[in-house]
Amino acid sequence: MSEVEAAVTTVYREEWGRIVATLIGLTGDWDLAEECAQDAVARALERWPGDGVPRNPGAWLTTTARNQARNRLRRAATEASKLQEAAAMSQLDDSVDDSGVPEDRLRLIFTCCHPALPFDGRVALTLRTLAGLTTAEIAHAFLVPEPTMAQRLVRAKRKIRQAGIPYRVPPAHLLPQRTPAVLGVIYLLFNEGYCASVGADHTRPDLCAEAIHLGRVLARLMPDEPEAAGLLALMLFQDSRRTARQDGAGDLVALEDQDRDRWDRTVIAEGVELLDAALRRGSPGPYQVQAAIAACHATALTAAATDWPQIAALYDELVRLVSTPVVRLNRAVAVAMADGPAAGLELVEELERSGALTSYHLLPAARADLLRRLGRHRDAARSYRRALDLARTDAERRYLTNRLTEAIRNI
Amino acid sequence: MKYLLLICAVESETVVPFQHLDHPPPDPETEEWVKEMDARGLRKFGHALRPTDTATTIRVREGETLVSDGPFTETKEQILGFDLIEAEDLEEVIAAVSAHPVARFGTIEVRPLWPS
Repeated sequence: MSEVEAAVTTVYREEWGRIVATLIGLTGDWDLAEECAQDAVARALERWPGDGVPRNPGAWLTTTARNQARNRLRRAATEASKLQEAAAMSQLDDSVDDSGVPEDRLRLIFTCCHPALPFDGRVALTLRTLAGLTTAEIAHAFLVPEPTMAQRLVRAKRKIRQAGIPYRVPPAHLLPQRTPAVLGVIYLLFNEGYCASVGADHTRPDLCAEAIHLGRVLARLMPDEPEAAGLLALMLFQDSRRTARQDGAGDLVALEDQDRDRWDRTVIAEGVELLDAALRRGSPGPYQVQAAIAACHATALTAAATDWPQIAALYDELVRLVSTPVVRLNRAVAVAMADGPAAGLELVEELERSGALTSYHLLPAARADLLRRLGRHRDAARSYRRALDLARTDAERRYLTNRLTEAIRNI
Repeated sequence: MKYLLLICAVESETVVPFQHLDHPPPDPETEEWVKEMDARGLRKFGHALRPTDTATTIRVREGETLVSDGPFTETKEQILGFDLIEAEDLEEVIAAVSAHPVARFGTIEVRPLWPS
């Protein structure tokens, strides 16, 4: 890649969301905003090789995109009297500030994640407008056909227009209700990237990196929201294990078996600092608690050194905040580590009796593991078989088959 | 922007017990909401509807007028009433609708009108 291409790629990454957010704010037209941002990038690739990379590449792109928008609106306005175009044009002319008001990206992300939009539309629109992924890239990331993804984007933008979803950050009294949706979309993106990264198709966009990038932007734009910092810390802790999660054969390596020398300590340190600052605000929430749990693992130098009683206590806190079956299952696993497998098994069996998670392979897998540790190998084998039936990926199946074989050997 | 609100709930638990009457008993909370929305200029008009067993469905197919009894579709909740709202944007409508008493136990659909 040439120096110019590298510069454009870097700037694109950093500036795309900002440019699109600003243009939507000025023109009210999402498609126009994207197209003008795209044109500005194309123009940069044409001009910079000859003219050199500008000193402030972001400002160059923003100005170019804005000029493009103004020209297009001018042409459209000569066809018919369109008041909105005229108003937008005067804003484009007057507005001198090239850096873009920081709140524009906040407006954009809250609008993309508005509860009135269908969930998969929120995810797609966030990736398209804030991260600048193409429709093809987003489709590839979620393994759906491109026309399907294109339709989701069209539908979401149409709903914003036709149902009158305003381009605004929600008022303060609504932020507690609306912020979780934004955090949820970012975390979903991270998990899509994280879970898919084992045996990853390296031609798929790195959703983990995109999610962390969005998490950084959000944490910077919402300094008074500790959950934003909590989410970023959580993603950093998980991402720090990226190279240790997989073995040479592409199989999953369990947390306790990972080579901790391969964990990125710089990333962990950043996560710890973020989390500490967030917790000091004294307003705990689910992302901060999950990050605290992840921090316990990340800062334990060996698996044996893990502070399981602390983790179990944190899970008690998490269950209070988010009492879903998955969280309760994770707590059971932590309790088993802190207080012994029998204590954990009691919680797992309570969960099974409640009828929850009947198609989630990790429930019978957890049960099997606890039975194994109690020396009940026949029962363990039965549960591993049940888990195998529910497993969804080859990596999961290989892991469970190994465990099953071991259990049978021990009967 | 104009929106139609469809106020929905399980009619057997709400309206049906009063279906033999000429007027349902007044609900002070709903009247309060209506008064407030009228005063703010948000609500243009609206009304409560008789239950769905007074509904008649009409279709004309191949020149024949087909009249039948009952609502056009069976649903878990039924439309109890409607309101025509004019608001700045969807957020204003959401704020107004979340104060409606039926929102606490029923469902309110918000549908934008095609522009005139």
